[in-house]
Amino acid sequence: MSRLPTGGTRIDRSRPVTVTVDGTAIEAYAGDTLASAMLAARLPLVGRGVYSGRPRGIVGVGHEEPNAWVQVLSRGGEPMVAATALEVYDGLAVERLAGRGRLVLADDEVRHDALFSHWEVVIVGGGPAGRAAAAAAVDEGRVLLLDDRPALEPLDGVSTMARTTATGLYGHGRLVAVQRRDGGDRLHHLQCGRVVLATGAQERGLAVEDGDRPGVMLALAAASYVRRYAVLPGERAVAWVAHDPGLRAVLDLADAGVRVLAVLDVRDRIAEPYADALSARDIPVHLGAEVVGTAGDADGRVARVLTSAGDVDADLLVVSGGMNPAVQLWSHPGGRTRWSDEVAGFVPVVPDDSRVTVVGAAAGERLDRTYLPPATRFRSSVGEPERIFLDPHRDATLHDLRRAHAAGLTSVEHVKRFTTIGTGADQGRGAGVLSVGVLAEELGRPVGEVGTTTYRPPYVPLSFGLLAGRNRGQLSDPVRLSQLHDRVAHAPMEDVGQWKRPWYFPAPQESLDDAVAREVRSVRNGVGMMDASTLGKILLQGPDVGVLLDRVYTNLFSTLKVPQVRYGVMCGPDGMVIDDGTTARLSETEWLMSTTTGNAAVVLDLLEEWHQTEWPELDLTMTSVTDQWSVVAIAGPASRDVVAALAPGLDCSAEAFGFMEWREAMVAGIPARVMRISFSGELAFEVDVPSWWGAALWDAVAQAGAAYGITPYGTETMHVLRAEKGFPIVGQDTDGTVTPYDLGMGWAVSRKKADFIGKRSLARADAQRPDRRHLVGLVPVDGSSRIVEGAQLVAHGADLTAFPVPMAGHVTSAYPAGHDGRPFALALLDAGRDRIGEVLDAVDDLVPVPVRVTGPVSYDVEGARRDG
Amino acid sequence: MIRVPCPHCGERDETEFHYGGEAGVAYPADPGALDDAAWSSYLFVRANPRGWLRERWFHGAGCRRWFAVERHTVTDEIRSPS
Repeated sequence: MSRLPTGGTRIDRSRPVTVTVDGTAIEAYAGDTLASAMLAARLPLVGRGVYSGRPRGIVGVGHEEPNAWVQVLSRGGEPMVAATALEVYDGLAVERLAGRGRLVLADDEVRHDALFSHWEVVIVGGGPAGRAAAAAAVDEGRVLLLDDRPALEPLDGVSTMARTTATGLYGHGRLVAVQRRDGGDRLHHLQCGRVVLATGAQERGLAVEDGDRPGVMLALAAASYVRRYAVLPGERAVAWVAHDPGLRAVLDLADAGVRVLAVLDVRDRIAEPYADALSARDIPVHLGAEVVGTAGDADGRVARVLTSAGDVDADLLVVSGGMNPAVQLWSHPGGRTRWSDEVAGFVPVVPDDSRVTVVGAAAGERLDRTYLPPATRFRSSVGEPERIFLDPHRDATLHDLRRAHAAGLTSVEHVKRFTTIGTGADQGRGAGVLSVGVLAEELGRPVGEVGTTTYRPPYVPLSFGLLAGRNRGQLSDPVRLSQLHDRVAHAPMEDVGQWKRPWYFPAPQESLDDAVAREVRSVRNGVGMMDASTLGKILLQGPDVGVLLDRVYTNLFSTLKVPQVRYGVMCGPDGMVIDDGTTARLSETEWLMSTTTGNAAVVLDLLEEWHQTEWPELDLTMTSVTDQWSVVAIAGPASRDVVAALAPGLDCSAEAFGFMEWREAMVAGIPARVMRISFSGELAFEVDVPSWWGAALWDAVAQAGAAYGITPYGTETMHVLRAEKGFPIVGQDTDGTVTPYDLGMGWAVSRKKADFIGKRSLARADAQRPDRRHLVGLVPVDGSSRIVEGAQLVAHGADLTAFPVPMAGHVTSAYPAGHDGRPFALALLDAGRDRIGEVLDAVDDLVPVPVRVTGPVSYDVEGARRDG
Repeated sequence: MIRVPCPHCGERDETEFHYGGEAGVAYPADPGALDDAAWSSYLFVRANPRGWLRERWFHGAGCRRWFAVERHTVTDEIRSPS
């Protein structure tokens, strides 16, 4: 053990804990990180290089750590956690990694959550500068100080949040932070009046041949292990530094009991207080000197340090190349930085009126006991480039960087992508600036001119579980159910938008195909019923509704009389179909529009947009009433008998109740609106009742229809029925490039209206090309082969290996059986209406199915069945 | 995260809104009178300044009203239109 008998500001010696590393139990104390516990237990390595397999040790003490990634096995597990940022707990179990973790597929045992809060001032970083800034801000209102250390001293008038890492700073004062909690982490969304960044500075190393061994450590990090955790990271040390804080760390290590055998400072002189202090401890100092390599023991650990001033047997090499102000958060929302020679680092450039300010070491302020400026130095002057590791996490070397340069890359962003330096889980916190410095040397340009890569959130890795928080499982997305869902819940469901709709109603042991064939036969020959409650319904009220509908639908609506219903097609300004549906005129000033199930909110938004932004003078309002109505569709030749039995007061005859009309009636004792509309081509009625009567209506229809063999059917049968009639489904048979004319629905486009949305675009030459893709029908030439949805249409017999194979269109809807039991499909086909009768191949997965082109309507072409 | 000043509800998170692009692009009074170039310009061509842009927002998760604000496309600074 290398734990000192006393000391350690962060550990609680009264609370020992046991953690397991690769099956070996090691003792630690509450407050240890896994890294300090491993150092205390003298575990020789924490992992291996992801590509090189070289042994690697702990380098840093915080988020700058490039090597110490472990796979957490306990508490559900987590891939790739930095041992330097992982607080130990009793039962913690980890595996060391070779630079790459494994996805954890098990469910999280903990539940993460999220919290939104508002603050006048938020200070990130609880060091001296952050605490001073917090104390100075107490009069401004709600002040929060957060830091990722395990505990914070209380501060009057300031809320404090420990174990909390700010991960992203965004525009308008939004800060995101993750708070580590035992029961599950919490993602904080902090809305801040102003933000003070006191994020400190991160130590950077010096690159040298074989400088990636276990036992090579950052100097201030090594001193921190002594101070915080009372752990000695080595016994016999050599130090190599380029700035005063590195010397300070060497003294701390020496005073804690590390035998410092030599100090090499790359600078030509050091300040007197350091010279005196080192001399008083009999530590030899070599100025203008450098380390040139290391030699290892059998495990690869440092055993000997090779320097320009001679070789030294040592088990620890501490290096310190300088401090990088932690400007990542500053840079997230676009804050600029500049290189400072005085700091030997990139410092933030903060405008006077900035809502975000930076203080302390993060702003480039000197650390205590800094007398002389740092040297701008990044690596030793000699060495084998393939063994000078710049980013040990990505296993990238000086050789890799030179290859990038030789390939002509000079931008730091390009070199990053070529070498992958800085793209690991540490996001270049350790290697980034060092690599920029080395690149600048290679290019012979000032470091500031080369600049840094772009820092983006998150500052530390965030788990998907944390981002999901409580929005998982049933809470991941709302599920919408119709009011009569429990009557149909036994059916397999299809997701349509957020709605669950019955897909088909299988009898015991019945397949999808068999069930759908049976349901189709029932509707075509008898009567079927379906829950149509999910279709979107928008109530439009006001004297000008007709004017609006004339503008948004391609056909004429203002002439519609009460109690009529009309089918309409809606286009975007580009002339392409965006939705369709029926609209009923309920009174002079009230209209009920139906939309497709998945598109209801989109259509309502569009109507509101046009009304508010272009035609606010129109006197009307619109309201979504989808959830206010339960709807049962009753379709088939026997549907009139069923409705007549349910509504004795309603004259259902074709003469008294015409197609595309509606009536008010009592249906099964329920006040209802009955519409004669049909999506199947059959005689059909749609019964709308206030939503809470949905289940009662369903039961009544089922009971009244029993004598006629009424059959519930689902969305699959509905699709077959409508496809046989050539009714397109917007979004399935259309894709945003399809006009009403392409669908063969020119009859629904008014030529009389001066304008409607899309009319001008439909007049473009391209919209009138005769060879546009048209909606057509397809049947297999052999009458039995199935056609696959999404299959490409190519010339019959086309050589499928002669790329590119010219595509003539694609299959948009395909079904194994229509009313005649044979497969059929709908497709979009170049100049399709001129190619009826032609034979093509429908190709899926390189398998061609010969198909014959037909008109889109394959059943009841003359439309004789709608009146029964 | 942008904070959008809704004239009806006050300043709210960007996630409550839909973005509507450049403001002030009116639907032409007589689209039929426009040639193809003028019509495609209405459909597709929008200002893309480096600086202040007057743009439309829709408070879909609030008052459901459309309104215009000015936003600086570099700094995301946002203000009510003058």
